[in-house]
Amino acid sequence: MLFKPISQSFHDFLVERDKERCINCEVCVRQCPYDVYYWDDARQQVMHDSSKCIGCHRCEALCPTACITVRRNPAEFRPNSLWTGTYIKNLFKQADTGGVLLSGCGCPQDKPIYWDKLQLDASQVTNPSIDPLREPMETRTFLGSKPDMLEFEETPDGPCLKGKLSPQLTLEYPIMFGAMSFGAINFNLHKAMALAATETGIYYNTGEGGLHQTLYKYGKNTIVQVASGRFGVHRDYLNAGAAIEIKVGQGAKPGIGGHLPGEKIDEEVSKTRMVPLGSDAISPAPHHDIYSIEDLLQLIYALKEATEYTKPVSVKIAAVHNAAAIASGIVRAGADIVVIDGFRGGTGAAPTMIRDNVGLPIELCLAAVDRRLRDDGIRNQASLVASGGIRCSADVVKAIALGADAVYIGSAALIAVGCTMCGRCYTGKCPWGIATNEARLKKRQNPDVAAKRLANLVKAWGHEIQEMLGGMGLNSIESLRGNTDKLRGIGLNQIELDTLGVKAAGQ
Amino acid sequence: MKRIYPQKDYCIGCRICELACITAHSKSKDLIIAMREERKQGLASCKEVYERGAACVALSCRHCENPMCVAACISGALIKDPTTGNTLYDADKCVGCWSCLMACPFGAIHRNMQASKIVKCDMCQERGAPACVDACPNKALLFEDRG
Repeated sequence: MLFKPISQSFHDFLVERDKERCINCEVCVRQCPYDVYYWDDARQQVMHDSSKCIGCHRCEALCPTACITVRRNPAEFRPNSLWTGTYIKNLFKQADTGGVLLSGCGCPQDKPIYWDKLQLDASQVTNPSIDPLREPMETRTFLGSKPDMLEFEETPDGPCLKGKLSPQLTLEYPIMFGAMSFGAINFNLHKAMALAATETGIYYNTGEGGLHQTLYKYGKNTIVQVASGRFGVHRDYLNAGAAIEIKVGQGAKPGIGGHLPGEKIDEEVSKTRMVPLGSDAISPAPHHDIYSIEDLLQLIYALKEATEYTKPVSVKIAAVHNAAAIASGIVRAGADIVVIDGFRGGTGAAPTMIRDNVGLPIELCLAAVDRRLRDDGIRNQASLVASGGIRCSADVVKAIALGADAVYIGSAALIAVGCTMCGRCYTGKCPWGIATNEARLKKRQNPDVAAKRLANLVKAWGHEIQEMLGGMGLNSIESLRGNTDKLRGIGLNQIELDTLGVKAAGQ
Repeated sequence: MKRIYPQKDYCIGCRICELACITAHSKSKDLIIAMREERKQGLASCKEVYERGAACVALSCRHCENPMCVAACISGALIKDPTTGNTLYDADKCVGCWSCLMACPFGAIHRNMQASKIVKCDMCQERGAPACVDACPNKALLFEDRG
């Protein structure tokens, strides 16, 4: 193409506009932040340039005459199972720029998805299934450290629990909105998550970017995060939420810290994060005060001191090779909740190589961690939260059966408000108004609309979870936790089955 | 009285409300025909999106309590409906003097040059509910009674 680098000729998407239907209304021109569409004065009509298209489908969704179709560019390189188009294009791109390849969203590569290889059980004849529409069905669960044993004492009012329980989070559904920082996503969505979490009786996580002053009032349903950059962390922040989470690692980019490009740091983000306007906020890879389990213990107890032991402290790690041993150490260090984030977990910005090649599937890691904690006799001391690639309520049910107390959803929540997983979150020009702080773009998320959609999602999954539980003859989510007998594997080898703690289908 | 209230914080400037308005007031009730054919004959949107920088807002007749356009109208084409409170327009009586245009402090009255008549929001009487409100993809237009 004239005046363009060769690499741009090999673009990923093709925009097709039905000339019969296009009315040149320019809705697409106004919606596309990547300037794919433009008004051509010479031709007196809307024109487009497919080479700029990132495949977000915003134009397609908003076109009032449905004249636009965005499809994959059918132009193909000579078939080669090693040198696929993705690698060729990446090489061109790096030869052009000399830079690190960046990506947004979770790992999209064709790697095993164990959720799809696990089937749930259902009751037949010998044990009755339960109808959640007619009988009680408990989806409530509690996160926090549970005592080794319960002791009761007789009082005039009847038996009473002896001693005090550790602080607990009460979840009406075993689902929480995962850590997505204010900055990575904008204020409107943070507000929407806060509203939806409040409405549905669950929690949302602030991510590492602090908590906007105006959202402190939703603290009852907020988990505040402390990450290696310590952005936005101060005493009021720690005390604003219902729990504190120490982020050690993130499934999408284990081993490195958060990246927030300067383009996304506007005045409010800068104030909340306590970083200069427009400067990149790059979190250090490690916490520089945590080089051992003992150091982690110090931070956990520093945070507990700061909040007077009124809030559970959670520690989040990425699913990596020795996660089980690490999790055991984390629980011994005093964490009340352990979060394991699988390699499918989302991100606003990560080096592509790391996103696609580092970390493990959450299903295997979750089962390994749960087993290790049970073998060590410390499973009751902490709740286990799984995250990274939870796509539907069946994934939630399977995660709980593999040993999780609850799950975090991030990508699924963003998809509920419009995200189409185009993966360009790091540009700060999200066409759906999600991963952007540009004034014109962030308005595309009306917090009232987004909150409704998020709450709908949680409730819909809640209904489905109840149906699946009932089908298995269970009437509470807690009866499912770690109940791997409710799962059977299909097409898995013996090592995978053993790691998951699941029998093969037919056994 | 229910009125259309624009929420400027969530108006994304897509102008789909204008297209909905044009369709609702067209003969064909078909967006493509309305835009390609009927617009040439003077069909125009009663609504207009105004933009400055990142701010945008969709404005149309506010159906004021004491409408200046009604006071300015020399032919009795604009009247205030005593029951609904809507500012009604009778095209048959309109003589195209544009007095109302000059009187309206909100710039909410537009011109149909071909017919020498004005174009003004009628709250989609025919339709039941305002088309712009129904079409807004971001719920930036609210149709509600604020007393």
